[in-house]
Amino acid sequence: MTTHPPTDLQLPSYPRAGEGVHPPLDSPGYRSTGLRAPHQPLVLLPQRLTEITGPLLGPERVTAADADLTRQHPGEPLGERIIVTGRVLDSDGRPIPDTLLEVWQANAAGRYHHKVDQHPAPLDPNFSGVGRTVTDSEGRYRFITIKPGSYPWGNHHNAWRPAHIHFSMFGRAFTQRLVTQMYFPDDPLFPYDPIFNSIPDEKARQRLISKFSMDLTEPDWALAYTWDIVLRGTGQTPFEAQGGAR
Amino acid sequence: MSGGLGLTPSQTVGPFLAIGLPWPDGPDVVAAGTPGAITISGRLTDGAGDPIPDGLIETWQADPAGRFDHPDDPRGAPAGGTGFRAFGRCATGPDGEYHIVTLRPGPLPSPDGGTEAPHLDVSVLARGLLDRVVTRIYFADQAAANAADPVLASIADEARRATLIAAAEPGDGDRYRFDIRLQGDGETVFFDV
Repeated sequence: MTTHPPTDLQLPSYPRAGEGVHPPLDSPGYRSTGLRAPHQPLVLLPQRLTEITGPLLGPERVTAADADLTRQHPGEPLGERIIVTGRVLDSDGRPIPDTLLEVWQANAAGRYHHKVDQHPAPLDPNFSGVGRTVTDSEGRYRFITIKPGSYPWGNHHNAWRPAHIHFSMFGRAFTQRLVTQMYFPDDPLFPYDPIFNSIPDEKARQRLISKFSMDLTEPDWALAYTWDIVLRGTGQTPFEAQGGAR
Repeated sequence: MSGGLGLTPSQTVGPFLAIGLPWPDGPDVVAAGTPGAITISGRLTDGAGDPIPDGLIETWQADPAGRFDHPDDPRGAPAGGTGFRAFGRCATGPDGEYHIVTLRPGPLPSPDGGTEAPHLDVSVLARGLLDRVVTRIYFADQAAANAADPVLASIADEARRATLIAAAEPGDGDRYRFDIRLQGDGETVFFDV
């Protein structure tokens, strides 16, 4: 067995999210949590080397075409063409450059390109609903896609999901991993959706709703929505942190 | 509390993550056939003991020398050149099974002076999980290192601690089994990271 002498390893730490930001795993309104949410309390894991590092996945995982979900097939998909753009930041306000984002979504009719999705709405042969991109040096990302439709699901009588796009982010550290959903402004289904409402803090919930942007809308072509993603920071200002950029 | 900007909350991956997240080479942390390669496989099950066919397992680990190719590892960059990605990702199949092909991680120095036994950090994502859950894989054949590991030592109950230990398959020391039970009998230990 290898032993290590006491070290002066100086590691960053990532303070945990405040109360009410993330949904409790046991959220009875969302029925699938019933048999899947752990019953035992989580055990505190101090952040050491494995937690403060993480996969730095970037350009090698994507091609330029992956960020345009409307150009992945011979024809154009049906639906309302939109631009979705924003920045990936940490909670200290520091942009996270060169980090992989992965998205997936239903088509304009509210149907996923997945064999298990049996919603009787049409599939679109010109839309897979899967995209990837990497943030630029200022943490910016930009996707072109079509606005996903709402769809019914079996959670309860007359259950419908508000329109959403699934987003997956890595940041720079295992502690920063986040998978979530981006919603659209003024969706009438918000009050009825147990997944959206599983987030206890009302202000945190609102942070999942993108904003319409007339400025970024491209005339005669596509409406634009902006949405910034904030991952856990180290609690240091960018000036205090060592080597904020890598 | 975390810093100035409000954090983006987590939401479930939902039932259709399979269209967006799996990669063809996801399970290959190293290419199969790499000298020293091991396979870790297991089944993801729910509180009724049923397999979860719509989950995703992700792993993150040090290389065999206990190093990370990452700027926040103050010990500097590892030797490299092995095609070792350190990150693995595998969607669960209809039977709830996943696998990754990787190298055995090395032990790690801890900032408090102790030594962490070889381990992988694991994220589990699935429909019905509103946030990822995090666990760790340790190795049964590292008994002495495990006995000195500060994370394992923090779990008083021996049966619970055992849920974090992958056993080698009988007759094949390069194949390990690590089942993940989200809830109920034999529930895996999950961490607040």
